Amino acid sequence: MSDFTANTQATPGEAEFGDYFALLKPRVMSLVVFTAFVGLMVAPIGVPPVVGFAAILFIALGGGASGALNMWYDADIDQVMRRTANRPIPAGKVTPGEAKTLGLWLSFISVVMLGLAANWFAAGFLAFTIFFYAVIYTMWLKRSTPQNIVIGGAAGAFPPMIGWAVATGGVSVESVLMFMIIFMWTPPHFWALAMFMKSDYHKADVPMLTVTHGRPYTRKMILAYTVLLAPIALGIGFTSIGGPVYLAAAVVLNILFLKGAWTIWRRDEAAAEADEYGVEKRYFRFSLLYLFLHFSALLAQAGLAALNLGAW
Amino acid sequence: MPITETSDLHQRRFGRNLGVALTLLGFVALVFFLTMSKIRNGGQVEAFDHSVRPSITTEGESQ
Repeated sequence: MSDFTANTQATPGEAEFGDYFALLKPRVMSLVVFTAFVGLMVAPIGVPPVVGFAAILFIALGGGASGALNMWYDADIDQVMRRTANRPIPAGKVTPGEAKTLGLWLSFISVVMLGLAANWFAAGFLAFTIFFYAVIYTMWLKRSTPQNIVIGGAAGAFPPMIGWAVATGGVSVESVLMFMIIFMWTPPHFWALAMFMKSDYHKADVPMLTVTHGRPYTRKMILAYTVLLAPIALGIGFTSIGGPVYLAAAVVLNILFLKGAWTIWRRDEAAAEADEYGVEKRYFRFSLLYLFLHFSALLAQAGLAALNLGAW
Repeated sequence: MPITETSDLHQRRFGRNLGVALTLLGFVALVFFLTMSKIRNGGQVEAFDHSVRPSITTEGESQ
């Protein structure tokens, strides 16, 4: 019998468990987990800890599933871009078919389990988010329009709304504003990245704003979105989940973010080349902190409110 | 290749199988605790048999 020997033929890059886990984009998942957790915690209705834990886990799994579907569909782009060339599919460790199967099954499992653990409104919301990221963004917008980041950013903005829906079973002004802050934050965050990862998107033929409309226009748009973001971020401070602590944090963070965007807008390519895109890199790094601290402040505000301290 | 020999391939597959096993075990534990939580927080739960079923008793009978 040759069956046994046939099964021991090692393929050069046979996948390990970690490679399948990498398909779920763990770094993106950490943002999903954190924002969904905040959405759940600041909601006016509490859920049992086990239900909350399971809900966050399945929201994260749904986010991971859409990441796997994205990697399956974008394998050709990932191969070209330096930043993504080491992902499991371009590295030859996982086949595109495996990624697709994993993505589809995890989508199904995460939606059904969220429905059973929490409620079917939140589950429907998760299903829509996966569809939005995998189909609307990955398959349609990413390769066809420079607005890809703007509209595609919505997919990453839904998790706090899903967290809120897990607790309340619905939508409210507060959850929409949490969505809006991530939605408006995403374009300047990615455009700043595109400023100093310039050759990557161009090589992969992805219509990034820097490629289609040029760098001065992108600088202007980074400032425009940062300006539009500020009133949303400050506005949350005046809702039922806001308070003086959040508002103070939001004022400081938005002044710093606006200052960064202003500096990016004021400079030209020669100045950027001279300091190797130092300002753009700093703005990009600060954007991560900006979002993290806004949601942390919301969490802190909810903690204070639970102790009857610091609420409006 | 003799079946007793552990090759690099076997080690990698063992790691993968272990990962899948632990994931499934975690999933089973999660469903168990989720069920327990649902039962405890789910309001009035009716017993299977030989007991009063609140949903079929009228207001007069239950007093």
